[in-house]
Amino acid sequence: MNELQFQALLPFIVLAAASILVILSIAFGRSHTFIQVAGFGMMCLVVLAMWLVRDALPREIAPLLVVDGLGALFTGLIIFSVLVIGLLSFIYFEEREENPKEYYILLFLATLGSAVLTISRHFISLFIGLELLSVSLYALIAYLRTRNNAVEAGMKYLMLAALSSAFLLFGMALIYLETGSMEFTGIARGLPSSGTPILFIMGMGFLLVAIGFKLALAPFHLWAADVYQGAPSPVTVFIATVSKTGVFAVLLRFAQAVHLQQYPAAMTIVVVISVASMIVGNLLALQQQNIKRLLAYSSIAHFGYLLVAFLPGDAAGAEAGFFYLLAYSITLLSAFGVITLLSTRQEDAGDLSGYRGLFWRDPVMGAVLAVALLSLAGIPLTAGFLGKFLVLGAGIGRQLWVPVIVLVLTSVIGLYFYLRVISTLFEKMPPAPARARPLHPFFYYATYAVLILLMGLSFWLGTFPRPAIREIEALLNIRLL
Amino acid sequence: MILVWIIGLLLCGGILCWLTDTWKAGYAKWIALASVVADGLIISALLVHFVTGTGPQAVSPYPAPQVTTPSAEPHAASPHAATPWLIDYRNTWIPSFGISLRLSMDGLSLILLSLTIFLGLLAVLSSWKEISERTGFFYFNLLWTLAGIAGVFLATDLFLFYFFWEVMLVPMYLLILIWGDSNRRYAAYKFFLFTQAGGLLMLLAILALYFIHGRQSGTYTFDYFAILQSTLSPTAARWIMLGFLAAFAVKLPVVPLHNWLPDAHSEAPTAGSIVLAGLLLKTGAYGIIRFVLPFFPQASTAIAPWAMLAGVISIVYGALLAFAQTDLKRLIAYTSVSHMGFVLLGIFAMQETAMQGVVIQLIAHGISTGALFAIAGMIKERLHTRELARMGGLQTSMPAMGNLAMVFAMASLGLPLFGNFIAEFLILLGAFPQYATLVVIASTALVFSALYCLRMMMRVFFGPAAPPTITPPTASAQQDIDSREWIILGLLCVGIVLLGLYPQPVMDLAKETIQQLTLNFRI
Repeated sequence: MNELQFQALLPFIVLAAASILVILSIAFGRSHTFIQVAGFGMMCLVVLAMWLVRDALPREIAPLLVVDGLGALFTGLIIFSVLVIGLLSFIYFEEREENPKEYYILLFLATLGSAVLTISRHFISLFIGLELLSVSLYALIAYLRTRNNAVEAGMKYLMLAALSSAFLLFGMALIYLETGSMEFTGIARGLPSSGTPILFIMGMGFLLVAIGFKLALAPFHLWAADVYQGAPSPVTVFIATVSKTGVFAVLLRFAQAVHLQQYPAAMTIVVVISVASMIVGNLLALQQQNIKRLLAYSSIAHFGYLLVAFLPGDAAGAEAGFFYLLAYSITLLSAFGVITLLSTRQEDAGDLSGYRGLFWRDPVMGAVLAVALLSLAGIPLTAGFLGKFLVLGAGIGRQLWVPVIVLVLTSVIGLYFYLRVISTLFEKMPPAPARARPLHPFFYYATYAVLILLMGLSFWLGTFPRPAIREIEALLNIRLL
Repeated sequence: MILVWIIGLLLCGGILCWLTDTWKAGYAKWIALASVVADGLIISALLVHFVTGTGPQAVSPYPAPQVTTPSAEPHAASPHAATPWLIDYRNTWIPSFGISLRLSMDGLSLILLSLTIFLGLLAVLSSWKEISERTGFFYFNLLWTLAGIAGVFLATDLFLFYFFWEVMLVPMYLLILIWGDSNRRYAAYKFFLFTQAGGLLMLLAILALYFIHGRQSGTYTFDYFAILQSTLSPTAARWIMLGFLAAFAVKLPVVPLHNWLPDAHSEAPTAGSIVLAGLLLKTGAYGIIRFVLPFFPQASTAIAPWAMLAGVISIVYGALLAFAQTDLKRLIAYTSVSHMGFVLLGIFAMQETAMQGVVIQLIAHGISTGALFAIAGMIKERLHTRELARMGGLQTSMPAMGNLAMVFAMASLGLPLFGNFIAEFLILLGAFPQYATLVVIASTALVFSALYCLRMMMRVFFGPAAPPTITPPTASAQQDIDSREWIILGLLCVGIVLLGLYPQPVMDLAKETIQQLTLNFRI
């Protein structure tokens, strides 16, 4: 490995060091606050490192990794989400029964796994990244191990993730059999130039099953609602944003490398999964009374929308897909931020009835949640609208009428349950008893400030997306040919 | 730039209302009033400027002549001749997608903008006492709805148009949801879902147009004037037009899609009803005139008979249902369905006289229905009911309100002297030569309109008073209108009569736009 390659890997090395730092500080008996601040510092260092090495890109670290614009972009989104999640975790775990310190080791390891996914160009690194992510998540989901919900959710995730890993491996083996290579570029070279490579398509089908599990796409979504509900709120938002971002990034890179769009059979599978996710997610969300379950089903639908941006397989599609993920992550982080702040020591604030009149009780939190839901529903002024607009644009540009029309119709269904929550927020109610003073005023208000910032970011992306889109375009163009 | 100010004033005023209310209650309504009045002054200045003709030459927003562009058949006939556009403002917004911040105003926009601010002023005034809780947030929503509507009337970038189209939805939804009547939740959902479904189909259509234009000309843009120059294959034109029509027909509303309207109108607070009936419905008509007809001349000619049939069905059906209502606000809501049927009939007659009638109908209906909703609101403040059965004999206790209501009822049923008469007369006249049968049916509906208006007057103001057991005659229930209410109704009264006696300025303002439009359809 030469110096330039090392430079390009620097952010990821810092990320790996973060979890070691946490282990060491636990060994030396440091406090939760210290770990929190150190973790925050390390994540800032990662960002700094990314800033420093931006000129060294793109750089290939053969045969496993490639650090290019796409990887940098998705890693940036992952680190951004983890920064917010780390902050949310402090209040949440400080007030819970478990010792919160080991939590951060797992959190940073899972982040590393997700980040490795974004830069992998080989099946081996893909698998290592994915397992790093999944294994950390098993423990993270069941972290509050005395709670039945959490253990159930952890078990469910464990079983299904293990199953999906098996599918993944089998798919990889089939593709290897056909092409004789595990490198993405090698696979592309190994494919026959004419005719349909049957084994490759079969392998692709197995791969898509595994990825469908990870992204909670229908019909592989069965774990989503229970895991979302049972996991601690910061972990839930981690699953919803960070883990899915990594998986989507590797899917995008793989599809670009092997020109997946050439194979109608594979694309048909993706279209079916996408349409099914949009319909199933939106329909199942209609009657949910628990906001975490509702967001679980809505995220199934949202990844169905995201696949519409994946289908064209061109630059506009990748750009739309990233922007959509960005908008979606911002939105979910703010929604789960509100849930975390409202949660009590005994249970998470899941039940919708707890949100009645929130806008009048606490205007800021009410507004943040309302804006987040409007953004999920894709109403203008918010980032979600622009994301949906770009996705629709990418789809119509390639005349993918079926998924596009399904997207539009199911959005209307989706609107209904978002409106249901919003109207709950605005309901009149007798003044609630004053909340107890926050136990950790600094972190409480810091979280508060971050939520307002996220709301502002959502408006900014929704009204003046120009700088963001320019950056995304520029970064996506930094790639190895 | 002045167009940006008009919208910006409303947006900033709205935010200011919300913010001040959190530390000092009672200022919000004054700020709201001030921002609407300031806008009113700007618009009046513009009106004086352009009506008296002292203004500078009209601007030409069309791109420089392009020899290379395959010129579209009839509608690009003479884009550089007399242009109806008065003010044009453009700035970049998201250049990588060809989205610009472009606002342009022609006579039609100016007319509808004036109506927006006029009714906006009255909406602010009529909620002066009605809204007692969360006033800041209320005026925020009201002003943002108005800003969205003003934006819709001005935007000449399709993305921006869609943006404003949606911006007015959420605040309106909140107005109904928070300050509405007992069944507000249901009404608010219904309103939002119907309009959003239509809106999303329009978004698809806009994107399809964007790509078709981009492929043809090589420049991807949402600009109205650029897209106007592109040619469409008949099939594409038909589908894209249906996308646009879906949004506009829901807003207008055309009969099978009118379902949301009675609920939303009757549950909304008074200001909400005024804005809904007076302004929101007009955006549908405006959309058809501004986008559907110029973009798809052939496709809309093909669909014209069906659209007119739908218009006639709306006229008759709305009138019949209005006659059968027992709820005052629902009754007025159904009269809107009927009146907007005339608008649809007039637009698709594709003929200059009828189109002039449509423009006047838009204003006249805005004023007369707005006034009726204001009166219904005043009655509700006094009697706390919308049920016709619990009213009656109000003429004895409130003669002034009764007389004013009589004026607007007469206007609504289309009596000469009022704007509605001119409008309906012109529409029927313009449509008669081609579609005599439809016009005859539509004319019979005028009899129905007399029936429902007179029935309403009879039940509310004349006839026997409701027994005191049902409606206890309290002191507040006996009060005639006060000076604030006099101002509201007086202004509306002057407006509708002026329009009925001297509609020429309105016709002159809209003339250029309409001539340009009907040029496309002359064979």
